[in-house]
Amino acid sequence: MARYFTEEHEWIDVDGDSATIGITDYAQEQLGDIVFVEVPDAGAMLEKGDDAAVVESVKAASDVYAPVSGEVMEGNDLLAEEPGLVNSAPEEEGWFFRMTLSDKDELNGLMDAKEYKDFIASL
Amino acid sequence: MSMLNEGRPTRPIEAEPDTAADTFTGNRALMIDEPLVFEIGDTDQCGVDFDEAPEGESRIGGLERNRPIGLAGLSEPQTVRHYTRLSRQNYAIDLGLFPLGSCTMKHNPRLDEKIARLPGFADLHPLQPVDTLQGAFEVIYELAVWLMKLTGMYGVAMSPKAGAHGELCGILAIRSALEARGDMREVVLVPESAHGTNPATAAFAGYRVENIPATAEGRVDLEALKARLGPDVAALMITNPNTCGLFEREMKAISDAVHAAGAFVYCDGANFNAIVGKVRPGDLGVDAMHINLHKTFSTPHGGGGPGSGPVVLSEELSAYGPLPFVAKQRDGSFRLIEEENAAEIHPHGFGRMAAFHGQMGMFTRALAYILSHGADGLRQVAEDAVLNANYILRSLEDVLDAPFAASGPCMHEAVFSDAGFAEGLTTLDVAKGLIDEGYHPMTMYFPLVVHGAMLVEPTETESKGTLDTFIGALRSVAERAKAGDESLHAAPVFAPRRRLDETAAARNPVLVWKETEQAEAAE
Repeated sequence: MARYFTEEHEWIDVDGDSATIGITDYAQEQLGDIVFVEVPDAGAMLEKGDDAAVVESVKAASDVYAPVSGEVMEGNDLLAEEPGLVNSAPEEEGWFFRMTLSDKDELNGLMDAKEYKDFIASL
Repeated sequence: MSMLNEGRPTRPIEAEPDTAADTFTGNRALMIDEPLVFEIGDTDQCGVDFDEAPEGESRIGGLERNRPIGLAGLSEPQTVRHYTRLSRQNYAIDLGLFPLGSCTMKHNPRLDEKIARLPGFADLHPLQPVDTLQGAFEVIYELAVWLMKLTGMYGVAMSPKAGAHGELCGILAIRSALEARGDMREVVLVPESAHGTNPATAAFAGYRVENIPATAEGRVDLEALKARLGPDVAALMITNPNTCGLFEREMKAISDAVHAAGAFVYCDGANFNAIVGKVRPGDLGVDAMHINLHKTFSTPHGGGGPGSGPVVLSEELSAYGPLPFVAKQRDGSFRLIEEENAAEIHPHGFGRMAAFHGQMGMFTRALAYILSHGADGLRQVAEDAVLNANYILRSLEDVLDAPFAASGPCMHEAVFSDAGFAEGLTTLDVAKGLIDEGYHPMTMYFPLVVHGAMLVEPTETESKGTLDTFIGALRSVAERAKAGDESLHAAPVFAPRRRLDETAAARNPVLVWKETEQAEAAE
């Protein structure tokens, strides 16, 4: 299973034809305490770059973008009750949604872990 | 002559500090631990003696109340004291400098209050016969004329109740104009340096919002804007001066590009204070702009009173402006244009923004402010507001990082970032430290393009002495943050309430008062 990163601080775990998406540890740290998360409903069709989810912290509300195109398989319902999971385990239990991958070529423009690390160091 | 040997003691008796016992009431001297109004009163009591309601036939068709609604009964003194105590716990512009950026918390002149309280204005009802409202209509009309002149615009909708309401009015006028052309566009562009309400307004009006990035110097990226403009773009919502405290120097080029793409320019005029009397937005190609009377024209706000957000409109958009409005007739009298009589002179209005004519109490204050300052005085308002903000910027740039210090003079507000604070110390700590210094904190974490932003707007109404004291306080707290003074995490230390858990408040808000038993049962 490969993990990719976007410049908008989403991570994406690809497993065959499906992917799990969340926001990175760096993103949650920048946002501060997360107080509200809205994840997409299963069945929603997303184009790469679409607004897919909303994350709200004590500082700001931000959109989470779909890093690839596909259909939402499920949203992480736990986050409605426990938005703090995004702070405590952003890249594990704090995942946002799972989706199908309609075009694997879209992964080509994304970063791997080392590239993302260099990217945030440059910010 | 007989007299007491011992008089009333007038000197403090030496006592150990910090040995005060807890008080019986939980209060601390005159700082009252104020309960909710429901907890002071009792639903079994009534503060006023009412006669029994007479028997009679109901005329509201079975909708009459059939059980108590649980309002607490308080006497008049209990009620007055409750709200007066709460007001003592509040911070207000009448208590001190209110440096909240993007809010223009300027002094509200008492002359304006006096005018607004004249019974001929204060005691009116909007449904009075029109011939008894002529004075009020003249105020609305005169204010409208001033707003059009100051902005160089063709028309004005006076009824919106505040800034965001004005934004909605402007965007609805734009949508109406596009619909009339048969041109259904879907996107509203919002620069990163715009007010946070702008994307909310566009989304509320049914548009998809797309961001336009800011340049490193804190202004709209004109090339990025041009690249994105197209036949799907309905409008650009731009804030000028923007939330980085900078004037959008390329405004005319921005407007020209937007118009060339067939779209409209909505300008958020919340920061008009910085340019009133200096620049007319109409000359810069703006099609619609709201004016916050409660900011630029100094009517009370921020818990002290309602806002008021008239929207000035271009000639094309004026045709779609909302009803009602006041028109002047040939004989000098005024009449109200409403649905019943709009067919001839205003057939395309998109509807109403409010039941009546707008915030009358704010209109009287704003017109009093304008007339007492005059055109030259208003120009000086802008000049002094900018001067004061630049004084703050240049007095603190050696201790606080000012990301746009090299972009030229700021306008009405100065923005700083958290760069240079010691590891673990944040803008929030500095803001809380300012509370201990006796100030309402500045706007923080906004604009989003600045990391750990601190946005300070001093306004023109503060003296140099007041600014110097504030600068000294902010400098002192900033130096503690740079030096890694961990005690700042505990701030505010001297406030009646210490650091509140904002996260818990946002995650588990308790918004409705419940009786103790119910609350306990719920836990």
